[in-house]
Amino acid sequence: MSLILILEQILNGLQFGVMLFLMAAGLTLVFGVMGLINLAHGALYMVGAFAAAIVAAWTGSFVLALVASLAAAAAAGALVELLVIRKLYDRDHLDQVLATFALILIFSEGTRWVFGSFPLFLDVPSYLSGPISLPGGIEYPLYRLTIIAIGLVVAAGLFWLIARTRIGIQIRAGESDREMIAALGVDISKLYTLVFALGAALAGLAGALVGAIQSVQVGMGEPVLILAFVVIVIGGIGSIKGAMVGALLVGLTDTLGGVFLPQLFGLFMEPASATSVGASLASMLIYILMAAILLVRPSGLYGGQH
Amino acid sequence: MKTLTTMALATAVSALAMSAAAETKIGMITTLSGGGAGLGVDVRDGFMLAMEQAGRDDIEVVIEDDQRKPESAVQIADRMIQSEKVDIMTGIIWSNLAMAVVPAATAQGVFYLSPNAGPSALAGKRCHENYFNVAWQNDNLHEAAGAYANDAGLKNSYILAPNYPAGKDALTGYKRMYQGDLAGETYTKMGQTDYAAEIAQIRASGADSVYFFLPGGMGISFLKQYADSGVDLPVVGPAFSFDQGILQAVGGAALGIKNTSQWNKDLDNPANTAFVAAFEQKYERLPSLYASQGYDTANLILSALNKADVDDKDAFRAALKAAEFDSVRGDFKFGDNHHPIQNIYVREVIQEGDVFTNKIIATGLENHADAYAAECKM
Amino acid sequence: MNREKLLNTAVILLLLAIPLWAHMAEEPFLITLATKVAILALAGVGLNIALGIGGLVSLGHAAFFGIGGYAMGILAAHAQNYEPLAEWPMLIEGTNQMPVIWLVAVVASALAALVIGALSLRTSGVYFIMITLAFGQMLYYFAISWTAYGGEDGLSIWVRNEFPGLNTLVPLEFFLICYVILCAALWFAARLARAPFGLALSAARQCEARVETVGITPYQLRLTAFVISGAITGLAGALFADLNRFVSPTMLSWHTSGEIMIFVIIGGVGRLFGPVIGAALFILLEHLLGGISDYWQIYLGGLLLIIVLYARGGVIGAISGREVAHD
Repeated sequence: MSLILILEQILNGLQFGVMLFLMAAGLTLVFGVMGLINLAHGALYMVGAFAAAIVAAWTGSFVLALVASLAAAAAAGALVELLVIRKLYDRDHLDQVLATFALILIFSEGTRWVFGSFPLFLDVPSYLSGPISLPGGIEYPLYRLTIIAIGLVVAAGLFWLIARTRIGIQIRAGESDREMIAALGVDISKLYTLVFALGAALAGLAGALVGAIQSVQVGMGEPVLILAFVVIVIGGIGSIKGAMVGALLVGLTDTLGGVFLPQLFGLFMEPASATSVGASLASMLIYILMAAILLVRPSGLYGGQH
Repeated sequence: MKTLTTMALATAVSALAMSAAAETKIGMITTLSGGGAGLGVDVRDGFMLAMEQAGRDDIEVVIEDDQRKPESAVQIADRMIQSEKVDIMTGIIWSNLAMAVVPAATAQGVFYLSPNAGPSALAGKRCHENYFNVAWQNDNLHEAAGAYANDAGLKNSYILAPNYPAGKDALTGYKRMYQGDLAGETYTKMGQTDYAAEIAQIRASGADSVYFFLPGGMGISFLKQYADSGVDLPVVGPAFSFDQGILQAVGGAALGIKNTSQWNKDLDNPANTAFVAAFEQKYERLPSLYASQGYDTANLILSALNKADVDDKDAFRAALKAAEFDSVRGDFKFGDNHHPIQNIYVREVIQEGDVFTNKIIATGLENHADAYAAECKM
Repeated sequence: MNREKLLNTAVILLLLAIPLWAHMAEEPFLITLATKVAILALAGVGLNIALGIGGLVSLGHAAFFGIGGYAMGILAAHAQNYEPLAEWPMLIEGTNQMPVIWLVAVVASALAALVIGALSLRTSGVYFIMITLAFGQMLYYFAISWTAYGGEDGLSIWVRNEFPGLNTLVPLEFFLICYVILCAALWFAARLARAPFGLALSAARQCEARVETVGITPYQLRLTAFVISGAITGLAGALFADLNRFVSPTMLSWHTSGEIMIFVIIGGVGRLFGPVIGAALFILLEHLLGGISDYWQIYLGGLLLIIVLYARGGVIGAISGREVAHD
């Protein structure tokens, strides 16, 4: 296998990792600040993708579609927070799991009820489509590079938001002592709605970005949701930095495992069973990675006291 | 609460006990909710269109949603057979659900007509006199794709499918007919949505063509990403990733791609013309492959009911086997293992106005039977 | 007798009475439904030991349910093909005898629970939820790609397995087998909750430090509870597979884990009969709502939300009007 192919696969792994980060960032933020485990995060991802597909079909503008995905997911997130999630902060994780599982059912079937059972169309805009040549002769799709760039910008923005802004101070204060910041006159319920909507908007953006190169359909959020859980567990729940590291680790492991394991098995097995056994093992690889990391660090790489 | 439970149970019981006086009862188990519901909806709509056209009030159709869960399908089948005493069953979309339901149903004396799934076991070793497949044996479309690859002079294919039984059958089917070399063979994760790694492999492999079987959302993702990658090798696939329901979501990325199917809306025969027009009028959308299969299944049942009573099982079975109905596919007949012997066409994805659809460009395999018929001892 | 006990008695008698009536009224499908309730309740009873008494929110119990199912599927498939399971180091044949299958299902799922539990219990809280979920998914993907036993297609069995002295093909007789096992499991769970082990486990959930001061390691307590819990859920999996004469990776999916958890919660967490009432209501809802609309899962979701938000303590809590009872 040539070096260029290996480099290209590493790039693919990075890009997958960045997509996972967008998804995991909101999840870990909501957990860090409100202590809430939200299974319905994948539903917000789906809302973003659907909103983008509809607006793109109306206006033909991909930028407007991205804006719509942010707005729709944030609105859906805020609504859900006000109606349901708000009542769950004081509950144990069990109630949270169940209530958000119920939300998945409502969102998925509700979306199918409104938009039907067939996937929607959303495409990469013409100015971002097609490959470009990178140094070293790698032909790489421009759109995937754009995803990497957007993901890195969002990550930087989040770090800035949390480290440098007033809201960030409140968020960090909320993570360490809820009663205290309420006593200091911060409107805690408004802050929670805001954080939840922010997390939802990130998921929606991820859904729209990914939707352009994947299938926009009901249930699209669930496989990603489980991967995002793996990411934040590896990184340490509540840590944005952990989510970034975890996402890149999972992205690289999954991509490279899928490529190299079958070839590795091919060295000492016949080709047909090697591809099959290798593919089976590759599909379990990230879970094995997670178990291994938790063995060494039970609260993830950057986990605190949660 | 206790009274409430009792009342609710009583309602459930009376609902079950309610059985009309229809002479023939057909049970349809299909996927109407969750992912993949589009296929079930199409089969149901095609089937019911034919039933409506026949206008017979002595046939009752009971429709149930299996949620694509084999366990639910088995339980619904048990109920239909034991409580509702259906004579004929149909509707299942997925091979794994068919494998769970069909052997038990046919063993209990019920006729089963498959409008979509055609697992190899049911065509070969575990074939049954009461089981008829109206669609295809699972390998058929893939075999036709392999044959087409030879005709088109493709010599070095890269082939990929998900790592599950139907995926392996698909690649086996392709290789059965295809005579060239393989540049690579990859099994992807079930439900995988990102194919960047596979596309990079394809680019590096030196292949001259790609064959893929990735049903549902997987195929949409693959096609979009493939189109965006700049790899411009010709792609061939089975109809499932290029069918009416799914094609609009793939969009321009599918244009020009060759795919194999036993049916298309431009097939020139009176039954098909009438079907396409009636379907569009009633449901305000173009019919899909699945709708055509549902429609054929219903018409096959109707043709057999016109000749024999369903209670006279031998006569009814012979009437089904004769398959004397106007199939939207044109010529249609059953082989000895009750699977179709039919033409499989090569279609090309085209654009008609705003709508993406297919046109037939060649015949991939003529009067093709499946590879398992010889294993069937019936 | 307090109201909860009255309710429990009524439920368990009703669960027996309905199939008996259905048998006489020749409504075999109602018996199948009741059997499903009994089996799913059994899975819930298993989960309830970890969840209700131990406070271990496992979102991966589908793993044990599925392992039980595959124990049945694999043994029965080998028995019907007359192919031995292994010839080396010793000859192992398949079997179609339920007691043997149950034993294998219980041992296999207990072993899996031991491994998964030993790793997962190093964490707690949300980490525990996620890691159990991930282990479940890992087995799910493995089963899908494991073509030797059908992969995604699953394995189907021609005839239901046998139980000495009974004809399991008669719906009522198979129901009675499941019913008796459910009763035994309920009895066992009640004994367990009151035994020193159960009390210590419950205490560890409420206040870990208190248990440690009397010299008990919470980790070992929880691991034991997790293994017992997994084993019971595994047994339910074997019965469920036999009910359907079929096993597939769907049994291992995380939706299954979610559903088992729903039974427990609808009924009432930590209540002995919570899973029974929860499973019965769930099956009933599935059938009533399923008849109303293709989109019935919306209603199911709404109902679940209402129960979680407004009916804490589940149905039993709402009726008996007391906070969670562990007596």
